[in-house]
Amino acid sequence: MSLSEPFAEGDSLIHRLDPRGRILVAALFAVLVAAAATYATAIGGLALAAFCLALARLPLKKVLTRLLVVNGFIFFLWAVLPFTHPGETLWRLGPLAASREGLLLTGLITLKSNAIILALMALVATMPVITLGQALQQLRLPGKLCHLLLFTYRYLHVFELEYQRLVQAMKIRGFQPKTNLHTYRSYAYLAAMLLVRSYDRAERVFQAMLCRGFQGKFYTLRTFIWSRRDVWFLAAALPVLAGLFCLELFPLRLL
Amino acid sequence: MTAPLIELQHLTFTYPGAPRPVFEDFNFQLFPGKHLGLVGPNGIGKTTLLHLIMGLLRPQAGRIVIFGKEVKTPRDFVEVRRQVGLLFQNPDDQLFCPTVLEDVAFGPLNLGKSRQEAVAIARETMAQLGLEGFEERVTYKLSGGEKKLVALATVLAMQPRLLLLDEPTTGLDEATKHRLIHLLQGLKISYMIVSHETDFLNHTVTECCHVHMHCCRPDTMPLGGKKHEAL
Repeated sequence: MSLSEPFAEGDSLIHRLDPRGRILVAALFAVLVAAAATYATAIGGLALAAFCLALARLPLKKVLTRLLVVNGFIFFLWAVLPFTHPGETLWRLGPLAASREGLLLTGLITLKSNAIILALMALVATMPVITLGQALQQLRLPGKLCHLLLFTYRYLHVFELEYQRLVQAMKIRGFQPKTNLHTYRSYAYLAAMLLVRSYDRAERVFQAMLCRGFQGKFYTLRTFIWSRRDVWFLAAALPVLAGLFCLELFPLRLL
Repeated sequence: MTAPLIELQHLTFTYPGAPRPVFEDFNFQLFPGKHLGLVGPNGIGKTTLLHLIMGLLRPQAGRIVIFGKEVKTPRDFVEVRRQVGLLFQNPDDQLFCPTVLEDVAFGPLNLGKSRQEAVAIARETMAQLGLEGFEERVTYKLSGGEKKLVALATVLAMQPRLLLLDEPTTGLDEATKHRLIHLLQGLKISYMIVSHETDFLNHTVTECCHVHMHCCRPDTMPLGGKKHEAL
């Protein structure tokens, strides 16, 4: 099942915290770190994120695999940014010149994105997507956005099953992908079929909702309760975030 | 004679782009207290008939009268849907909330019930169907049969005056099927069932109708007297 949530199950300190508090802290952290322009803040953020990750006790191998995917994108930055950013030339590669400023900027971006990803993994990926949607709703995010999230997740699952059914139907009739027109045509049919079926499905779901008196309003029954643990978590996290902010305002000279 | 719950007069319906109409000058009546089975070959229009009654499909001609009132506009059908429950053929079309309890409570909440009332109704309905303990289960991770039962619960939770069931038994095991039969026999409301299972219909309906293009004629198959027999 490709839609598994490997981090959502667990019994660590982080897992037991109220989802709303975790989302709040993660969001604040992400904004702070994303806006940071100094290495001190970026490194501090990375350290904090790593600390949260350790608290969440996530399987290290899966964490690294995910980080690898994200850093795949960042690799392209390393290939482009140092050579295009204007500044003092550090070294040359044929006609290309890498600038000191470019390298520093790329390094900063790498640190910041890894810090944010780690923090999100530790704080947000440790809850099921459904809980995330319900918690966002409790945080008074626009209902339509929350339901967009929940519906997307809900029907990704259905479409995945539909896709598997179609692929199975092809397989049991002896379909083997090769490099020929028959294969391309079959894949085109598969994609088209998935699209048409998804559209039909959406239509029927909406009809079923109408049949149950739907008039554009959604309700959630889930309620979350703040516990003492959550108060402590916020009481500890907010000053630390404030410290991170001060680090940004009065930067230490690291580099 | 009491007025029919549903009356379809001279109804004509053709799917867009289809060469032939599904219904042409179609007439049909359902009287209060009736437990009717709809039978007929695949593609004859049984599901279409249910969807026309719910206003999900719009006829090209003819009159639809439900509970003695003609329904024409989408607004009219909003009222119909509050009182008529439709169980879809495919439960994946019907269940969309994250958890079972939320899905079952969705209808009552739409009817204006308070949160507590809706949850109470949802729990009661689920208990009727033997779905205790399913409250926090995730709807799309249920098995096919479980989905079907939960979908039925979502419809029953609206406490409808009339129930339309589109192949309710597909994917149910024997024990669950028996529970469904028992439940339907205990219902005080009228219902119509589309099904291909003669045995199931034998136990749940008093009359079977063959759906045709122009009418819905009582079946010649002897069914009377078998209803409400102990299983």
